[in-house]
Amino acid sequence: MEYFVQQLINGVTLGSIYGLIAIGYTMVYGIIGMINFAHGDIFMVGAFISLIVITAVGLAASSSLFVIILALILVLACAMVISSVFGWTLERLAYRPLRGSFRLAPLITAIGVSIVLQNYIQISQGARVKPLQPIISGGHTIMRRVDENGEFVVQISNMQILIITVTVVLMTVFSLIIAKTSLGRAQRACEQDRKMASLLGINVDRTISTTFVMGAALAAVAGLMYLLYYGVIDFYIGFVAGVKAFTAAVLGGIGSLPGAMLGGLVIGLIETLWSAYFSVEYKDVAAFSMLAIVLIFLPQGLLGKPEVEKV
Amino acid sequence: MAEATQTGAAAGGGLDLSEIGKDLAITALLGAALFGSTIAFKTETATGGLSLVLRFESAFFVIAAVVVGRLILLLTVWRRPTGGDRTFVPQALQLRYADFLAKTGKAFVPIVLLFAVVFPFLPFTDRYLLDLGILILTYVMLGWGLNIVVGLAGLLDLGYVAFYAVGAYSYALLAQYFGLSFWICLPLAGILAAFWGIILGFPVLRLRGDYLAIVTLAFGEIIRIVLLNWYNFTGGPDGISGIPRPSFFGIPFKRGEGGFADFFGLDYSSIHRIIFLYFLILILALITNFVTIRLRRLPIGRAWEALREDEIACRSLGLNTTSIKLTAFATGAMFAGFAGSFFATRQGFISPESFTFIESALILAIVVLGGMGSQIGVVIASVAMIGGFEIFREAEQYRMLIFGLAMVMIMIWRPRGLIATREPSIFLKEKKAVSADMVAQGEGH
Repeated sequence: MEYFVQQLINGVTLGSIYGLIAIGYTMVYGIIGMINFAHGDIFMVGAFISLIVITAVGLAASSSLFVIILALILVLACAMVISSVFGWTLERLAYRPLRGSFRLAPLITAIGVSIVLQNYIQISQGARVKPLQPIISGGHTIMRRVDENGEFVVQISNMQILIITVTVVLMTVFSLIIAKTSLGRAQRACEQDRKMASLLGINVDRTISTTFVMGAALAAVAGLMYLLYYGVIDFYIGFVAGVKAFTAAVLGGIGSLPGAMLGGLVIGLIETLWSAYFSVEYKDVAAFSMLAIVLIFLPQGLLGKPEVEKV
Repeated sequence: MAEATQTGAAAGGGLDLSEIGKDLAITALLGAALFGSTIAFKTETATGGLSLVLRFESAFFVIAAVVVGRLILLLTVWRRPTGGDRTFVPQALQLRYADFLAKTGKAFVPIVLLFAVVFPFLPFTDRYLLDLGILILTYVMLGWGLNIVVGLAGLLDLGYVAFYAVGAYSYALLAQYFGLSFWICLPLAGILAAFWGIILGFPVLRLRGDYLAIVTLAFGEIIRIVLLNWYNFTGGPDGISGIPRPSFFGIPFKRGEGGFADFFGLDYSSIHRIIFLYFLILILALITNFVTIRLRRLPIGRAWEALREDEIACRSLGLNTTSIKLTAFATGAMFAGFAGSFFATRQGFISPESFTFIESALILAIVVLGGMGSQIGVVIASVAMIGGFEIFREAEQYRMLIFGLAMVMIMIWRPRGLIATREPSIFLKEKKAVSADMVAQGEGH
């Protein structure tokens, strides 16, 4: 029981990270109907920029709490801004020229962009795994049990609390942006009918760019969280995380923000529980099979609307 | 940047210095954010944590190169006024180009074929070139196989390499456990790969284009992870070594009594085996091509192409889309299986390393670059891609970067590939090439 609770906490943490990435997939797919295959690599770029800024400001666990908080806000801001520039540029250079081309064309350029980003980071930052000393340590014991097998403690670390809090806050903020602001209205309008939206005076291109920027910014947050949580990154983390986050987006119902979050949590939990009870080696197989199963049996996802095929 | 370019061009294509200046300033700023962040600062593992290496100079050069590149583009290519027509080439010239292609196309194929046949005996051909030729032909074969799935049936398969892996492992394992020879394993590998194509294809084939792509990618990864972790059976990351070399229909390539050289009264040379491998893959590839061309004329091939153009129309005409898709998947997978067992016997060693997603992307890039559905396009694209890889062998690090960039730029420059015109399968009285604008490609709803 304690073991299960502990895995539940770990799963929710991991799921939060996936959820943050999944929002980028879901928003882009909702608005232009393409899988932004390079989104996982934007997440990876975000993690690397966070690492660079953390090293530059010399952040370490020994700093006082106030300094750590200030520095992390700085790191977050830098990572979000620069990743957004990456997201914007890639939309502008690789996807916009292909708008109106046949459906699979942007998917193929997206694969190209993904290869470019991975290799660019590999060349500029080195192929080796980058370790980072833990910055946020400590935690709280929730449950404790002592029996003949020894002591078993269920812990939630400060890092996990931070990740879950940041995710909840960002989710709320972004849901409000989509629901209340004129930008969000424009996005929803483009999602429903791009041509009609442009007739009504919405700058569709700019709205799509903004969507990419928002997605990239959230992916950068996820990148920072991943970096702080696991402490190791390399240029390849984006691929697997990207596929899993995409699974999350589909599972939750593509185009739906709460769906992406829910999907992220489910995928995070499945992966963690699978690793805990079955086998660690096959945890990616579990996630990938989940993707296939969801797409086959529940293509509209948990919270999505069924897609109507128009002739 | 977008607005700046558009207004600059709308001004009649004249040089608007302030617009260009603004554009370049934005480019420089973007460059500073993109490259200043990741090139100027590099994290290095040092004692007691990470340290930062500063490389402002290289970052500056990259940014400068981007700005200058954009300036050149602004002054040359992008200066023409943007009308409704975005194509560079006038219509008449395009038609003449298509005409020229059609004429040379007739002679082109036999010449390429002849060259491929005499290539091993040309005076300048050495071991290195032969190996390169084998590699290119392997990709031609894989490209042709994938062309059935992507080019004809319009199903984007991102996990094609999985079937290549199935073929390679089938031969390696059958040879290892049962001592079967290459010639028995070759068809078995094809059948097994086709079988897996059906198993994996069956559940996913009702998905739409891009969902299908992602699921095939997932399946490709699953197969690779299983191969990597099933240590007892597949050898895991160590792979399988000592895979038997192929024999000349039972006559081994070895020195001395009973060998190939001895049997034909030649002097022993290790190049014989390479030449044999070369012809083996050439014949396998040509079989793939032949089967594809013939299948295109059969009802099933017609159905594939109909499916690519419009699935809903296909269904309303009473075609069973599931079985059409499955046959395309299985046929493509079968050829990948053949290629895989050839790969295993050529290398003598296989490991999951050889079957990563990048490999799938490379094969897909060949098909797309060649022009989906075009058989000769695949050949040209394979030569360009694999040859290009060889040219950039010196710049090992930058190879994949260039590959990715090329993939993006080709898609933007020619979304329909090098050979964009298409030979119609059925025609009335006169055979005309269908221009690229007339065909919907790879919709795969």
